[in-house]
Amino acid sequence: MADQVVLLDFWPSPFGMRLRIALAEKGVQYEYKEEDLRNKSPLLLQSNPVHKKIPVLIHNGKAVSESLIAVQYVDEVWKDKAPLLPSDPHLRAQARFWADYVDKKMYEIGRKVWTTKGEEQDAAKKEFLECISVLEGELGDKPYFGGKTFGFVDVALIPFYSWLSVYEKFGNFSVESEHPKFIAWAKRSLEKESVSKSVPDQQKVYDFVLEMRKKLGVE
Amino acid sequence: MAITKSDVKVLGMWPSPFVMRARISLNLKSVDYEFLQETFGSKSQLLLQSNPVYKKVPVLIHGDKPICESLVIVEYIDEVWASGPSILPCDPYDRATARFWAAYVSEKWYPSLKGIGAAQEEEAKKAAVEQVEEGLALLEEAYEKSSKGKDFFGGDEIGYLDIAFGCFLGWLRVIEKLNGVKLLDQTKTPGLVNWADKFCAHTAVKDVMPETDKLAEIAKILAAKLRGAAAPPK
Repeated sequence: MADQVVLLDFWPSPFGMRLRIALAEKGVQYEYKEEDLRNKSPLLLQSNPVHKKIPVLIHNGKAVSESLIAVQYVDEVWKDKAPLLPSDPHLRAQARFWADYVDKKMYEIGRKVWTTKGEEQDAAKKEFLECISVLEGELGDKPYFGGKTFGFVDVALIPFYSWLSVYEKFGNFSVESEHPKFIAWAKRSLEKESVSKSVPDQQKVYDFVLEMRKKLGVE
Repeated sequence: MAITKSDVKVLGMWPSPFVMRARISLNLKSVDYEFLQETFGSKSQLLLQSNPVYKKVPVLIHGDKPICESLVIVEYIDEVWASGPSILPCDPYDRATARFWAAYVSEKWYPSLKGIGAAQEEEAKKAAVEQVEEGLALLEEAYEKSSKGKDFFGGDEIGYLDIAFGCFLGWLRVIEKLNGVKLLDQTKTPGLVNWADKFCAHTAVKDVMPETDKLAEIAKILAAKLRGAAAPPK
């Protein structure tokens, strides 16, 4: 019997992008459902009653929420293709640690970079660049965080690259000039079809944010 | 080759629920370890070296390799000592469910519990208690679904979610005592009341779960520090 896979998502969401990439890596056919976050569907509210957030992966009627949990689920169910986590327990622990680091830092700090001003924004920019430094340290000379192959941490992090124009333009700083290694990793990752098909163009995300700010009446 | 006690170390502090997660997991797998306690207010060289990113406990040191973040440590222990009882369920959907609730308890519920202690006025305290109780209602439901009539979230034996949530029971009891509230309640959360007793009595748990009175002492010291920090300068 064929698997029924549905992804409840919102195209600019970095968390949703993680699932798109994971499913593409595994060659899984799925139905993509775009949610209007100001008018959440009954299916979303039913499938994720605790947080009412996207992304939600629905596999044969069973809902899995929280993007990194859902990515691990995808990796475990479709285990015969493109493993995202390594098999060695120590390397797995490292991958989980760094994916969690991305989760704790990138979204919140990035959000502060483009939504705040003055001292708060300066502090956020500094913290953002520090995070990128730390991540570059972890990457080292490897082509991907996963080593020779694209893995769990790469999936967790690459979606934030699509938001880079937003951070740089509103923050009025350049990540590329300080962190060419990070940019090189991102471009290498985007060469993969699973990534380029799942992660929108930086310009598209920037235009979306501009539009949203206009609607909200922000300067 | 036998693992000697010094092969496995846990850097931690006895009151920390996060540290408890690592210790319960090692106990469950019957793994001997050395417990190296950090002193309140200062961080050892070993800690700063082993966890340069967060500089926090717990850290598991296996051989010479450090592993940080309590839930990452629990999964590592489960995978390395695979011949012992399983901590995570086998089925991918059950694993996702256990991970979901472990994240909820750590990121939403436990901060709301601490909110009761931090609340300065009656109104704020009442609101904080309500939030915690809402969370417990969700967890009661999750318990019913997951335990399927057995004692633990993991079924017959304690598992990932039992460990992730149970570690907070010491602090829950302290908050109940110091604030005169009953959070786990026979009428509202009967399943969790039964679960809490069984969890705390479990052989892997009872020696690492701190006594409520000892934790209450620590809580009073911490609260005094917080009040001192919050008080406006004269």
